Amino acid sequence: MTECEKGVFTIKLKGTEILMKILHEEGVDTIFGFPGGAVLDIYDQLVKTDIRHILVRHEQGAIHAADGYARASGRVGVCLVTSGPGATNTVTGIASAYMDSVPIVVFTGQVNTRLIGNDAFQEVDIVGITRPCTKHNYLVKNIGELANVVKEAFHIARSGRPGPVLVDLPKDVMQSFADYKPIGEVRLKSYQPTYEPNIKQLERLVGLIKKAERPLIFAGGGIILSGASKELLQFAKKIHAPVTASLMGLGAFPASDPLWLGMIGMHGTYCANMSTSECDLLIGIGVRFDDRVTGKVSTFASKAKIVHIDIDPTSIGKNITVHTPIVGDCRITLQMLNSMLEKEGLKGSKNPHKAWLDKIAGWKAAKPLSYEQKDIIKPQFVVEKIYELTKGKAIITTEVGQNQMWAAQFYKFDEPNSFITSGGLGCMGFGFPAAIGAQVACPDKIVIDIAGDGSIQMNIQEMATAVQFNIPVKIAILNNRFLGMVRQWQELFYNRCYACTDMDHAPDFVKLAEAYGAVGLRATRPDEVVPVLKKGFTVKKPVIMDFLVEREEGVYPMVPSGADITEMLLV
Amino acid sequence: MNNNNNEIQKKTTLSLLVKNEPGVLARIAGLFSGRGFNIESLCVAETNERNVSRVTLVTNGDRNILEQIKKQLNKLIDVIKVLDFTGTPFVQRELALIKVQAKPEYRAEILRMVDIFRSRIIDVSSEHYTVEVTGDEAKIVAFLELLKPFGIKEIARTGAIALGREKK
Repeated sequence: MTECEKGVFTIKLKGTEILMKILHEEGVDTIFGFPGGAVLDIYDQLVKTDIRHILVRHEQGAIHAADGYARASGRVGVCLVTSGPGATNTVTGIASAYMDSVPIVVFTGQVNTRLIGNDAFQEVDIVGITRPCTKHNYLVKNIGELANVVKEAFHIARSGRPGPVLVDLPKDVMQSFADYKPIGEVRLKSYQPTYEPNIKQLERLVGLIKKAERPLIFAGGGIILSGASKELLQFAKKIHAPVTASLMGLGAFPASDPLWLGMIGMHGTYCANMSTSECDLLIGIGVRFDDRVTGKVSTFASKAKIVHIDIDPTSIGKNITVHTPIVGDCRITLQMLNSMLEKEGLKGSKNPHKAWLDKIAGWKAAKPLSYEQKDIIKPQFVVEKIYELTKGKAIITTEVGQNQMWAAQFYKFDEPNSFITSGGLGCMGFGFPAAIGAQVACPDKIVIDIAGDGSIQMNIQEMATAVQFNIPVKIAILNNRFLGMVRQWQELFYNRCYACTDMDHAPDFVKLAEAYGAVGLRATRPDEVVPVLKKGFTVKKPVIMDFLVEREEGVYPMVPSGADITEMLLV
Repeated sequence: MNNNNNEIQKKTTLSLLVKNEPGVLARIAGLFSGRGFNIESLCVAETNERNVSRVTLVTNGDRNILEQIKKQLNKLIDVIKVLDFTGTPFVQRELALIKVQAKPEYRAEILRMVDIFRSRIIDVSSEHYTVEVTGDEAKIVAFLELLKPFGIKEIARTGAIALGREKK
């Protein structure tokens, strides 16, 4: 450590150098970005460091890739774009990351401070635009605050309920010089997330658990974000409670475990939705009771006392009336609960809820997820084969719509951070760039984007990125030549009037892959599915696999919007 | 919350201590508009502490909405503290400047009212008085009602500001 690093004396550094120093301190190894006028100085400095820069083809690709990187690795994703259009192109991805609580720091260039407010070339008030869809954001107006702001940005992004933080960097600030002294740990008077739950509330929960005859655990993305999967498994085993999860919670609990019920909600399993309606104790952990989960709020889990554990107090009591609220980090809370249960002697020796679990087994057997594979490839069949061939060890990203729901239903996720999807915002075009980010974070894993023919075209330009950096992601297009989920709603609720959802005019995806220098494969018959997948998975290159599937296949079960979650349309 | 729509709407005064930084007010206002909460009045000024401002905000909603408003405000990184004066003794004041027509024959009458309401005349012209009055909302409304017959030309009003009472 030099004298300077010890903070004994300071040195003068350029803004861009200060930025790089702090990125280094924060352990940033990869940046997803796209250069432009306002960030020329930053790029000039960036290439002199050992940070890897992945040049995307559209800024939306950069932000989704940073999202995928963050979710696959558990670290903060970093994105760097220029001012104006560069900045606005990231907004969709920022909103998606905000809804799904993904830690990302977005650096945007900004025009010179003296030009701000003048409608200068490529000027936009990105701090104003992103205020409602970031956890926090900053405009660095003078070089003196740069180091602090960047440190704070990383701290805020990763702590508490994680989320995206945007830092707007005017060009002249980055060009100027300032004294630099390393900053220690960041402490913010006005931001202190509650990690440790209130012990009285935990005791109440233990009391409820002891009395419960039909307990159910509802796990969400918070389990994955806080790394609480192991603790969740112990908890479920201790109290003999079955487990369901939100879309964001898939992978938080092993899908191969007998206590697993499948996903809850609009496209949840029959068994999970029936269990939710019949349970007498619902323990929501790291969830936010989104409308796609609850359906009709007034009848949701109406026989149950609802306990809600979450680190974000605003999530609690927002959509659902809660009997016992517990504010705290999922992992710490579950650790404390497990040791309290240990003391209570609930060691999980005998099964106190046999009748309840038997009833659930009945629901499981009565209406499992199903489809019938005949002459034309069924999309569910493709997902099941992907699962079988990867033995559940892949990282799966999805686009949005039917492809997303089939992936959620038919791939059995055993591990956290293995399912990456735009859950809250439901952002088409997410899956492919997110897969690129995930593959960069986990080069040894097989990363597959389960896509639709509609959404893949929203960020298809990133094929060039994948080829340039040799990022061997696999894209499996469930190609039904429809905007499938919208078509399904039109079929069910709009009298089969398929308004503007027919996507019959699509590119030849095989030739498209080849045009980018990637590999293109196609399966038109069921017996071609496995050979195509096998070949796609062995090629060490980006691959598009085009599966021509049944055009009007639907996602079932389906709870119509606003209905009680037991009112499921089955196949 | 959806299942509690019938609950009574309650007016509440919140006092926020916030970092005195650009954009703080936009964050607060944006939170209210974005989530469909109401702002009845809003006052912002610096406090005796460096870099800390106080925002006094009058809002309304049922119990759950007020709870959500407070939580959401607390979640903002620049908000240091959220105080809800409901159920605690506090003092609250508003200020109004009222430009009222003051024809010679009514001048004495207006002056009497100004006196009764412990307000002050801060500008005089041949035809008008500008009156400064402070008090709670009810007092200001009452005063305006009384001045109305003389002809009110213009009004400028602040929102409420408030502080908790110290223990006696």
